[in-house]
Amino acid sequence: MERAILSGNEAIARGAYEAGVLVASAYPGTPSTEILENVINYSEINASWAPNEKVALEVAIGASFGGARALACMKHVGVNVAADPLFTLSYTGVRGGLVLVVADDPEMHSSQNEQDSRNYAKFAKVPMLEPADSHECKEFTRLAFELSEQFDTPVMLRSVTRISHGKSIVTLAERVETLPPPALVKDAPKLVMLPGNARVRHPKVEERIVNLSVWGSSSAINRLEMHSAAVGVICSGVVYQYVKEVLPEASILKLGMVHPLPHELIRNFSSKVKTLLVIEELDPFIEEQVRAMGIKVVGKELFPLCGELSPGRIRAALEQGGLLPKSTIAPVTVEKLPPRPPNMCPGCPHRGVFYLLNRLNAYVTGDIGCYTLGFLPPLNAMDTCVCMGASISTASGIVRALPRAEQQRVVAVIGDSTFLHTGVNSLMEMAWNQAPATVLILDNRITAMTGRQENPASGFTLGGEVAPEVNIAELCRTLGIRHVVTVDPYDLVATRQVLETEMARPEPSVIITNRPCCLMKGECRFEKGQLLAVDPDKCTGCKACLRIGCPAIEWQPSGDGKHGKAYIDPLLCTGCTVCQQLCKINAIN
Amino acid sequence: MREKVTNILLVGVGGQGTLLASEILSETFMLAGFDVKKSEIHGMSQRGGSVVSHVRFGREVASPTVPEGEGDVLFGFELLEAYRYLPLLHSGAKVVVNDYRIPPPSVLLGQEVYPDDLVARIRQRFPDFLLVDGLHLATEAGNPKAANTVLLGAVSKRLTVAEEHWLAALEKMVPAKALEVNIRAFHRGRAL
Ligand SMILES: Cc1ncc(C[n+]2csc(CCOP(=O)(O)OP(=O)(O)O)c2C)c(N)n1
Repeated sequence: MERAILSGNEAIARGAYEAGVLVASAYPGTPSTEILENVINYSEINASWAPNEKVALEVAIGASFGGARALACMKHVGVNVAADPLFTLSYTGVRGGLVLVVADDPEMHSSQNEQDSRNYAKFAKVPMLEPADSHECKEFTRLAFELSEQFDTPVMLRSVTRISHGKSIVTLAERVETLPPPALVKDAPKLVMLPGNARVRHPKVEERIVNLSVWGSSSAINRLEMHSAAVGVICSGVVYQYVKEVLPEASILKLGMVHPLPHELIRNFSSKVKTLLVIEELDPFIEEQVRAMGIKVVGKELFPLCGELSPGRIRAALEQGGLLPKSTIAPVTVEKLPPRPPNMCPGCPHRGVFYLLNRLNAYVTGDIGCYTLGFLPPLNAMDTCVCMGASISTASGIVRALPRAEQQRVVAVIGDSTFLHTGVNSLMEMAWNQAPATVLILDNRITAMTGRQENPASGFTLGGEVAPEVNIAELCRTLGIRHVVTVDPYDLVATRQVLETEMARPEPSVIITNRPCCLMKGECRFEKGQLLAVDPDKCTGCKACLRIGCPAIEWQPSGDGKHGKAYIDPLLCTGCTVCQQLCKINAIN
Repeated sequence: MREKVTNILLVGVGGQGTLLASEILSETFMLAGFDVKKSEIHGMSQRGGSVVSHVRFGREVASPTVPEGEGDVLFGFELLEAYRYLPLLHSGAKVVVNDYRIPPPSVLLGQEVYPDDLVARIRQRFPDFLLVDGLHLATEAGNPKAANTVLLGAVSKRLTVAEEHWLAALEKMVPAKALEVNIRAFHRGRAL
């Protein structure tokens, strides 16, 4: 059979294809984004981006109610947005199999928190599978669809960054071709969740979880690997791989289904080993339930609650707890080095805007996207960032608490994708209640942070087809905003003027910037301007151009180290002219 | 005891092409019949930030990330980043680094200086150290953009996988019109 090296995300997409999925919907979010970007390569599946995760899940629910196998994908925080349909979907159950893939991000490599999605499975009373490598990603996705139909339940598949963005070898199989065709079937007692019907469904949900736990104790998805009887470890997902590195002699109960837990199997395993460990990333999810069974375990008293685990971190915890001898090898160490945080790209249309917000002493309620990097020095122009869409509503709230002079400083900054995700509701509130803050929508025509996915204002679909595009300015007017201005963010004078006018206005207003992401190709591609260079004879070394933090501009110190001149790297410059406008002596041309 | 797994770390700056190089390595090891795993972070860190890819191969590989302090080979695309990740290696590791510097933000702003003695500092700790002028050799091979392939060639020389698998992986992963230059670049590196 054909073998391929696939990432966890590619393998989940492959699993959906093999499982006969017909409809897939998602909103991008690291580390889940590439699932749908791979699903679109299978022409049998109708795959599309949704404006947010709630909508994505509901699209999948509709397809399932129509009898099709359906997939929804999101990052961990996306489930917060999709939680409303999820909890009642648990009661209705499915017609065609429905799988919700959630990718967690322990260590917050690209996230604002590191919530542990396993709690959602328990909270919503739905089963959750957790693969430990790419091959399992594919196999568990297939199995999840079967379980979904067999137990009449949505199934959650949990990945983490190291699984989604890790690659390993996968054996491919054919697509199932024997599924019943979708059709409209009326079944109101199951699908109309009014109190009378829901009261009938709830006991079925409770029964289902018990049945799944029994199934889990005999299914191959949960696996005993008996070695030494001295130490036994319960683990799942990528942590299983780390445990095999660090404790090759230990017996392992590898859980493929992390909710509900296979109680009988756990009891059986615990009786066979002297010391029982639960090693899990983030919350003591398995540990607490094993303790509640009256079984003695070692867990979070040794292993960290925060951040991701790794072979080294597990080893250190075991050494600390006296379960492994202390290592005698002196580690290689290095001195403190200049850090290299991520940065906005050269030519990024967000840069000049943040420079101005800083100069205008604005209080910026921020949001999530590439523009969140406007928080970093030297721009230092973001004061809050909570979750997607929150910029506008927090601005609306903060101005209510402030005197007029302070209100004027409040500017909400949000990207186009984030605005259409949940910002629209917030702006509706701001307009309705006439909260006097300024909203700045940075419309770069794409969802840049997660790798340039189309959104409802891009004019294209996931598959690259031309689509109706939301007119953001008109939308804002329709919501009740009277002052909507569009401005070129590369024109610092014009942008500054617009900002000053709108910030002074004692009512809500919206400013929209109109330059595409500088990484955009194709239809609305980014056009490079004329490359710029610093004239070393004119440059006085005033450092004004350095204040925008452009990666193309370098400070070159002179021999004595006290003076110097700016230099523009011609390989990086895009000719956006923002630095040129800051140079008072016209040394940049 | 389990058989030894070989641990490779590719480090550089987001956008330098560490991802493609790690794909080619993985493909090569799979073609050579090994189990392979790799891990890297996409997303936020790629915006010009520091990046590290882990590639592991052997008869059977468990963790997708290299256990701390067990790196066998460091494949550095940029000097400062190569130095930053030395703690992931064991003391006898082989180090291959592109002779290339990308100033980080604090250096661009003139607040810190780019350390000027990194080469000596690496060599002092890791005697098996090779500094490669990737850009120059790639230009000689026909295209400065093939610098990563020169480095790949140099790394290949330090691993016990037959040349045919490297070439097959290149053929599979590199666009046809760039293949010839890349094979030349690979050989330039392999000769080092
Ligand atoms: C609920 C939720 N879903 C998804 C994400 C992942 N995410 C972070 S920023 C972003 C979109 C950014 O796009 P946009 O607002 O257009 O700004 P840009 O990056 O293009 O500047 C996404 C999808 C998230 N953080 N939270």
